[in-house]
Amino acid sequence: MIVRDSLILAQRTVTKMVRNPEQFLDVSVQPIVMTVIFVFIFGGAIAGTSQDYLQFALPGIIVQTIMTTAMTIGVNLNSDLKNGVFDRFRSLPIARSAPLMGAVTGDVVRHSIAIGVTLAFGAAIGFRFLTPWYSVVTAIVLMIVFAMSLCWTSVFIGMLARSSGAVQGLSFLIVFPLTFGSSAFVPAATMPGWLQGWVAINPVTHVTDAMRGLLVGNSIMTPGTSVGGEVLWVLLSCVVLVGVFFPLAMRAYRTKL
Amino acid sequence: MTAAIEARGLTKRFGTTQALAGIDLTVGPGRVLGVLGPNGAGKTSAVRILATLLKPDAGTVTVAGFDVVTHPVDVRRRIGLTGQYASVDEDLRGVENLVMIGRLLGLSRSDAKARAAELLEEFELTDAGGRLAKTYSGGMRRRLDLAASLIGRPSVVFLDEPTTGLDPAKRDDVWEMIRTLVRQGTTVLLTTQYLEEADALANEITVIDHGLVIAHDTPEGLKRQVGGQTLEVRPADDRDLDRVTALLASVGTRAPEFPAPSLVSVPVAGADALTATVARLHAENIAVTELSLRLPSLDEVFYSLTGHTPAVPSATGLVTEGAAS
Repeated sequence: MIVRDSLILAQRTVTKMVRNPEQFLDVSVQPIVMTVIFVFIFGGAIAGTSQDYLQFALPGIIVQTIMTTAMTIGVNLNSDLKNGVFDRFRSLPIARSAPLMGAVTGDVVRHSIAIGVTLAFGAAIGFRFLTPWYSVVTAIVLMIVFAMSLCWTSVFIGMLARSSGAVQGLSFLIVFPLTFGSSAFVPAATMPGWLQGWVAINPVTHVTDAMRGLLVGNSIMTPGTSVGGEVLWVLLSCVVLVGVFFPLAMRAYRTKL
Repeated sequence: MTAAIEARGLTKRFGTTQALAGIDLTVGPGRVLGVLGPNGAGKTSAVRILATLLKPDAGTVTVAGFDVVTHPVDVRRRIGLTGQYASVDEDLRGVENLVMIGRLLGLSRSDAKARAAELLEEFELTDAGGRLAKTYSGGMRRRLDLAASLIGRPSVVFLDEPTTGLDPAKRDDVWEMIRTLVRQGTTVLLTTQYLEEADALANEITVIDHGLVIAHDTPEGLKRQVGGQTLEVRPADDRDLDRVTALLASVGTRAPEFPAPSLVSVPVAGADALTATVARLHAENIAVTELSLRLPSLDEVFYSLTGHTPAVPSATGLVTEGAAS
């Protein structure tokens, strides 16, 4: 019942996206811009050649793209709550969580586009997949699962904040230290010790390592880690994210007028 | 017979604001209750509690036989809600809005489509059904909103200021649709800032202010209590003002007042006063640009009931009463 209602509401989210195609700009143009900036501007300086850096950085760019994509859901929901449609949902005999689950599920379309565009553009400029096809599929699925879990932090912020602008600002503050304070763009080895400590426990480091393992292989992963271990780590962090932020978001949604 | 809506001692506080300070509301099955009050009186909070959107701090509410706090899902199966701001999804087509709600109410895709088509027809939106709701006029949105709240054939419908912001012609359309709804046996609770609207639609009127019920009566009883109708005349030539004032003084129940420059108004006992006034204006050869008989405004109702005008002025005022004359 809740699955059916969530899917009906997910369809609403997708229809709204299709009717406002500018909503796809961030997931289609942004990953390309980020890839160009990191690979062609910083790449040579960091790794010697752009090509070597591409192989190292693309998994990190996917993770970064997904982080920013997942954070937009709170902005959208915050403005959606104001137009009264959610009052109607609340007056219907459906699960209280269905409208939020529907929004999170509908956003899978955006995550898929973001991942697809990044991988396709990466491949076009020379990224080589060095793992079997099922590893690549696993990487994509893992990324989507991570995105859906991460969405709940943004939903929670979206329910708490007074304006969608505030949601955006707060989300940026969360995403920035997480993505740059990780091994997503550079190996941690050159960083000062205290920062290395943070990088080692930063979930983004583990997600990036899992992606590297699944798309390229162990060679570019943080020494001492394994693909299986990192995937498990990502799945566990998904459980924690949902376990903490789903109830918080629901509580905030219930009390939101 | 048990009431369709029964609220006892309802209270709700938001921070330091006491939105509801102990309200009782009763609506019999198939009846229409008008809840009249200014902005901030607690009307919307009351509706949101009755429609299970908010939990009361204290008090008991049953709607369609179920307690809204302990059995909200049973209540939701039997109610329809039309919010103060038409809650339609602007990026969806009219028909998609209705089909989505139908599906969420458990209808199959084909049943939801059939029900949507039926309601679009009933609300004269069939031609507009394929258009995005954001292209709809204010009146069309209200109709779509109303249609959306009726998909599940609710036995109790809440209408929160269903005509605020509509021009008089569109308002009449919505009124007619509400009357149709009532003829089909639906129980209706509607909130409004206009006595005229409550008078046109409701069997009984509850007046609330500052979260408290300050009057409950039939429309006739309430009008008797607050002084019936007001006759307003605007002479074409300001030099006729004195003659018009004298004329109205003779038909009115109180001394005439001047709500606007060159507009004379006086409370009257009934419609006979209008006929008499028209005849005498004609006999004395006085030309007028405006001549209307209207019910007391909310401010006047409040003044009669409480001795003061509402604390929060009715901000919208988009329907200019008496303008139709």
